[in-house]
Amino acid sequence: MRIACPLCGERDLREFTYRGAAVLLDRPAEPDPVAFDAYLHLRDNPAGPNAELWHHAFGCRAWLRVVRDTRTHAILEVGLARDARGRLAPGVGEAVVPAEGEGTA
Amino acid sequence: MRYSVLSILKNALAGDVAWAPVWRDPEPQPAYDAIVIGGGGHGLATAYYLARNHRVASVAVLERGLIGQGNVGRNTTIVRANYLLRGNSEFYSHSLKLWEGLERELNYNVMMSQRGVLNLCHSDAQRDAFARRGNQIRFQGDDAVLLDREGVRRIAPFLNFDDLRFPIHGGLLQVRAGTARHDAVAWGYARAADARGVDLLQNCEVTGIRVENGRVCGVETTRGAIAAEKVAIVAAGRSGQVAALAGLRLPIESHVLQAFVTEGLKPVLPGVVTFGMGHFYISQSDKGGLVFGGDLDSYNSYAARGNLPAVEHVMEAGMALMPMIGRARVLRSWGSIVDMTPDGSPIIDRTPVEGLFLNAGWCYGGFKATPASGWCLAHLMATGRPHPVAARLRLDRFASGRVLDEEGAGAQHNLH
Repeated sequence: MRIACPLCGERDLREFTYRGAAVLLDRPAEPDPVAFDAYLHLRDNPAGPNAELWHHAFGCRAWLRVVRDTRTHAILEVGLARDARGRLAPGVGEAVVPAEGEGTA
Repeated sequence: MRYSVLSILKNALAGDVAWAPVWRDPEPQPAYDAIVIGGGGHGLATAYYLARNHRVASVAVLERGLIGQGNVGRNTTIVRANYLLRGNSEFYSHSLKLWEGLERELNYNVMMSQRGVLNLCHSDAQRDAFARRGNQIRFQGDDAVLLDREGVRRIAPFLNFDDLRFPIHGGLLQVRAGTARHDAVAWGYARAADARGVDLLQNCEVTGIRVENGRVCGVETTRGAIAAEKVAIVAAGRSGQVAALAGLRLPIESHVLQAFVTEGLKPVLPGVVTFGMGHFYISQSDKGGLVFGGDLDSYNSYAARGNLPAVEHVMEAGMALMPMIGRARVLRSWGSIVDMTPDGSPIIDRTPVEGLFLNAGWCYGGFKATPASGWCLAHLMATGRPHPVAARLRLDRFASGRVLDEEGAGAQHNLH
């Protein structure tokens, strides 16, 4: 797997650290226990395009929002996480390259 | 047919042509008392104990593919009960006890081999933590022995004791732990469940869960609709997708975990050895292959295959721990889809949908839990009350804060 960092160009997987689903960008504004439980723990966990946070730890140290197909590991979209704040839901309304392989989602 | 020395001899002398199929291949009935979604080890065990312990009259197991093709046939077969936290420790303790009697129970050779699991430690602080864990295991009633460096050397003289980064200080040994034959566990439970009248419906994918007025009333499948008032989701890495059919969102991410097997060798390993600091563990199968693995690749995946950096990491850790492994050739590797929870512990609980149960979140350690997982879910489904040893494996523990974070890593799915 290689990820095209917007600042550094295409780099090897080993330079990146995975954090989790990009819903972490949308921290609830109010201290509502139900909303925080969902924010911290519940996940769509799709078999298909998944919006995620990756840290370019051994590169420019930028946080990236990556849309990646969890069935094939194909990288569909990469952007800086700071530009993506507030953008919800993996792949919703986005042009997505159809991926080969199993598909049950 | 009941297996015995006599039945094996009789069939061998008759040319082994008289063996009957081990389980039926029934057509789906329109309704069952209970349905288990997922024909892996946990699902089969659940169905078996529903029939055996609770006399539930009609039970079906719905399997998308074939019995034993999922994680129960793709793991590293380790059985142990060396957990620290209450909630986990009594559960795995119960499981190990069931493992010890499983062959007689199922009349099937699951090749349970109590060859021991040795966890290595590499610093004084880690040894102190192991002493605490060992005491906790013994409080629970299971066995643990704290070994010093020479104690480890007596068991495993081939290890690299003087690695500069991780010199071996000692280890924690559980003698009753070991390995079992994973496929045989699936086959044994399937055969025993079938013998008690459970319908094993293969190539039967669930495409919908019917819910009316907050109550489950059946499922839609590729082999037609089936009614039931009790339905359990036991779908491991696919749990999230199956639960979504009932409108549920789970605290689970599906990740990939890779494992490796070498060519068959003469016995070189005494049991299971784990090198937690290097993210590596290894055992030797009865066939002779070295079976080893490491940590998650760390990103979400349903691909059932991993990437090379994780492979490289595991190989490096193996070489650091036991340089002799460099002489063995890797035959094959695979990646399994594992259901990771935010605290690394599993869930056996009701769901907000009445009559719908969830058994999930086994992370990368579900194999050893197979008997107790089935035992406790069957208890919950049949009696409506959680089994005492699984009472803390709740779905709402993340919201309530009563998490079982064995690693102390915090709420991040891929860190456990």
